[in-house]
Amino acid sequence: MELLRIITAGSVDDGKSTLIGRLLYDSQSLLTDQLSALERSSKKKGLSAIDFSLLTDGLKDEIEQGITIDVAYRYFATGKRKCIIADTPGHVQYTRNFVTAASGANLALLLIDARKGVTEQTRRHSLIASLMGIKHLVFCINKMDLVDYQETIFEDIRKSVTELVSKLEIYDVRFIPMSALQGENLVHRSDKMPWYTGWGLLETLENTHISSDRNMIDGRFPVQTVIRVNTSETPDYRAYAGQVSSGVFRVGDEVVVMPSGFCSRISKIFGAKGYADTAEPPQSVSIILEDDIDVSRGNMIVKKNNHASALQQIDVMLCWLDMSVMQLGRRYVVRHTTQELKGMIKDVVYKINIDSFSRNEDEKELKMNDIARVKLQLSQPLLCDTYRLNRITGSLILIDEQTNNTVASGMIMN
Amino acid sequence: MTHLDELESEAIFIIREAYAQFENPCILYSGGKDSIVLTHVAAKAFLPAPIPFTLVHIDTGHNFPETLNYRDAYARKLNANLVVGSVQDSINRGTVAEEKGPQASRNRLQTTTLLETIQQHQFDACLTGARRDEEKARAKERIFSHRDAFGQWQPKHQRPELWNILNGKKSYGEHFRIFPLSNWTELDIWLYIMQEQIELPELYYAHERDCIIRNGVILAVTEHISLMPGEHPQAMSIRFRTMGDATITGAVRSMATNTQLVIEELLNFSETERGNRMDDKRSETSMEDRKKEGYF
Repeated sequence: MELLRIITAGSVDDGKSTLIGRLLYDSQSLLTDQLSALERSSKKKGLSAIDFSLLTDGLKDEIEQGITIDVAYRYFATGKRKCIIADTPGHVQYTRNFVTAASGANLALLLIDARKGVTEQTRRHSLIASLMGIKHLVFCINKMDLVDYQETIFEDIRKSVTELVSKLEIYDVRFIPMSALQGENLVHRSDKMPWYTGWGLLETLENTHISSDRNMIDGRFPVQTVIRVNTSETPDYRAYAGQVSSGVFRVGDEVVVMPSGFCSRISKIFGAKGYADTAEPPQSVSIILEDDIDVSRGNMIVKKNNHASALQQIDVMLCWLDMSVMQLGRRYVVRHTTQELKGMIKDVVYKINIDSFSRNEDEKELKMNDIARVKLQLSQPLLCDTYRLNRITGSLILIDEQTNNTVASGMIMN
Repeated sequence: MTHLDELESEAIFIIREAYAQFENPCILYSGGKDSIVLTHVAAKAFLPAPIPFTLVHIDTGHNFPETLNYRDAYARKLNANLVVGSVQDSINRGTVAEEKGPQASRNRLQTTTLLETIQQHQFDACLTGARRDEEKARAKERIFSHRDAFGQWQPKHQRPELWNILNGKKSYGEHFRIFPLSNWTELDIWLYIMQEQIELPELYYAHERDCIIRNGVILAVTEHISLMPGEHPQAMSIRFRTMGDATITGAVRSMATNTQLVIEELLNFSETERGNRMDDKRSETSMEDRKKEGYF
């Protein structure tokens, strides 16, 4: 069984909760005690039908105010895949939550109300999904039951969305006409829409090809820690522990340790099932080198003829996540893979207007939920790649030195 | 890679980050299957070196003897340092008071003992086997979850967690709770137990035992349960799905005597594993309330 990470986004009225609830219910991931708890809470709120949003809203404030505060995770398995849904709310803090949830997702489910068609929300979701490098975008044209399951309505929406996403960088875009409420084209193929011959939602989640989404070319291995043992069975044992970010490492490969530049060869790979010949993403392994060279946390093991960049000045697409306002020239802690250094934002190149997709080069202030391209100056060279090529070695966060809060997320552009 | 391999790899990454980012991390070992699996993965993450974490058990004094025997044997097998924080000691010191009545439980008292133990041993990070699919409040908690100087969780002020970058920065006196198994489900845990052939306490498999049914929950009769009028113990074939204090851990009727049968049974179950925890039944947000105070 493969693991699929999904993000869903949208407001209450476009039927997102119903969609998730139905997916869980129809795939038998909702159990009777959860269902009866849902019925109880729905009744308490004076509702006649089950309100599936109560399934993801679990905090006291959320239940009382009827809002979703944060990203909630839900799990279900089909015969073929285990799916993790990161569900994000549609209100004010939405960019921050969407960006957070999108960072780990393979696939985004975006809902469109068939009666309303493309909205501001559709535009924003698509833009941020593309910025965050989500490879698969599935537009669920929902509430088809309220437009008599008309093909023309579905086709019109499909045309406008296709035009919209043509301006963005997304590899795989799909459209499914459905009614989450009636369960049409979710788990079961609908007979109300014979004109649609594509996959239903569950089929899409089971069959979307994700294994080639990973970068299998550029060998990158950020070292987390060093494992040392010196016993009679394993004298002078020294291995570098980490998770393969990208590329495939093999025993015998010539490698370089960055930033020192020392060369060696892989003598052994120790994985979760013992010694292995290869290591590939996202395996956690430890690597033993033939030569006794100095390697520590924050170093990166790469292939001999394929190094990561080592840059002290980078362009970053930043999303500001914190209540505090970004300050030019102030020192922040930069965390990237297993490296930690200091950084300073020298300039805001442009801010992105997420409603119009336009760039504003005059605005220099960044506050929560803003997205902007900035110039980041680092205290020492950062071992990195562009986010386009590598989601792991191309991403970083900024931390406030005073509060220790994560204040921004960044994607490396150059 | 199968989904289990990927979950295991993610857990190993998180455990190694905890080791690298903190000075004195420990594993909160409850004796339950999740903490057994966590300890198993943590030991694998550093092979062939020994497990670098102290195991901490908060003992309510109301545990099943099987849980304690298993705990001691497991710690010996791993050659791990074991610290036991005792709720009875906290009661004796007067930092907590025992609940009264037939429904009394020491579940809530554990929080104080836990915080006292963390402080006494200066642990700056506690790894636990809690999972997001267990409970609604847990579904919203970060993998690296910050606790303030009073041990409290602030659900509305959590640090955003992106990609696989974990921010474990803190001020003096604060600590972190770390959840490497966040993305596992109960079924994943059992599939992994089967794959890795992990031995569990026998309480997890079907056995005959004297039980009573209270508020729809099957409770094993032990010296820590006081019978209420009209309650008559009867022998049943049961097993436990979660393991906690004997006064609150409900059993399920079961014939599953081994891991394979438990998995088959799980696939046909119609209730979640915490559906029979008396502690969760106290109110709709009882887990959130306890977590805010510093609970596991």
